Amino acid sequence: MAEGQEIPHLLVHEHADNVGVVVVEGLTAGTDMLCCVTHDNSTFRLTAKADVPIGHKIALKDFSTGDTAIKYGEDIGKIIADIEKGGHLHTHNCKTKRW
Amino acid sequence: MSKYSNLTVKAYRRENGRVGVRNHVVILPLDDISNAACEAVANNIKGTMAIPHAYGRLQFGEDLEVHFRTLIGTGSNPNVAACLVIGIEPSWTQRVVDGIAATGKPVTGFAIEQNGDLKTIMDASRVAKEYVHAATELQREECSISELWVSTKCGESDTTTGLGSCPTVGNMYDKLLPEGIYGCFGETSEITGAEHICQKRAVTEEVGERWYKMWKAYQDDVIFAHQTDDLSDSQPTKGNIEGGLTTIEEKALGNLEKIGRTSQFIDILEPAEQPNGTPGLYFMDSSSAAAECVTLMAAGGYVIHTFPTGQGNVVGNPIVPVIKITANPRTVRTMSEHVDVDVSGILRREMTLDDAGDELIDMIVRTANGRNTAAEALGHREFSMTKLYRSA
Repeated sequence: MAEGQEIPHLLVHEHADNVGVVVVEGLTAGTDMLCCVTHDNSTFRLTAKADVPIGHKIALKDFSTGDTAIKYGEDIGKIIADIEKGGHLHTHNCKTKRW
Repeated sequence: MSKYSNLTVKAYRRENGRVGVRNHVVILPLDDISNAACEAVANNIKGTMAIPHAYGRLQFGEDLEVHFRTLIGTGSNPNVAACLVIGIEPSWTQRVVDGIAATGKPVTGFAIEQNGDLKTIMDASRVAKEYVHAATELQREECSISELWVSTKCGESDTTTGLGSCPTVGNMYDKLLPEGIYGCFGETSEITGAEHICQKRAVTEEVGERWYKMWKAYQDDVIFAHQTDDLSDSQPTKGNIEGGLTTIEEKALGNLEKIGRTSQFIDILEPAEQPNGTPGLYFMDSSSAAAECVTLMAAGGYVIHTFPTGQGNVVGNPIVPVIKITANPRTVRTMSEHVDVDVSGILRREMTLDDAGDELIDMIVRTANGRNTAAEALGHREFSMTKLYRSA
């Protein structure tokens, strides 16, 4: 880790991804998150805009309805409601394109 | 030679040369109505284990074949030292006995009709007692790690399984498959969303095409034929969604992390089918429900199961030790008694995937040597037969 002993709040699989996963319990809105891309352990910072449970995703950019969520460098579904950068991305605003 | 080539385990060498890591004397019912007699024998004779289940009557066609393959495969598994089969009538009972006898291990069948439960229980108990004497005299011997057959299936997945516990299993396969182990993954329905990637992980285009055909048949014949909604309540499951997984694609991509970076699958197995002679990674056409899938892979001859979980699936198996791996710190905190390998350090970036893979390999060796897994210590013996369709 570039930032010494600090533990990351958010992990991102690939640089191409536009979502990250919260990996700490009790994350609250306003937290200045340390984010780590697991592909090469590079880091960046992002402010959380919502209380998001561990394991849930946060948007790395502003999303509009119809956009595509990318994780593992792959299409994981379509955005069905606008999401701000740092916001909670889950079943209420993202859905599979398959069914 | 790698640093894994010289690893050895103390295990049981069976009559057919296969290596087992447990030494069970199993009392196996052919059918649901023979469960009571099997459980009575297991109660009489300490050191035996009955494996009750729900099916075995009026089945036909491919569904019946899966039933026989599962029972024969379970009795044939190298973790089983000897086996008794009890059925309501002698004909199908004998078919299971003959299948298991092909391994060379001790096996005897008993039929209840024209004997009744009580005489059957007495006769079977006498044989079971002799089997326990013989099994408990068997000694573990040094075997190469390359002789282990190690399967995998994940459950109660969340986003941490794709980040930590599934890639840990993948790292183990990338290290041990080159040493000559047999591997197995499956969960046909849960590859949905990553089928384009899975197909490319076949060793040849021909195997990939056969894999895709098998996957597509499941989609058409099972999912689309029976669906009543858009499946949003089933895939991902409620537990998956609670854990942060949003779509079937996201779930499938995490699932597929179990086969690592370099491993390729060499062939496709029918449910409960045993691979035939070539070491490597296999895909078994199987249910994605934990107990059903582990039961099928155990029947396929696999002796250790590696099970990544996020939210905390507690499944076990009667004859195969199930090693639980989790990266979710909340699950480690709230369900520690179910966790064999804690890789939550991956999420804190304190542990590399390489370290995690080595820890899992170490736990596989210790489990093979005799360490009871969390699921074994807690008494999880889920044995769930796969049923393809309604009976005649």
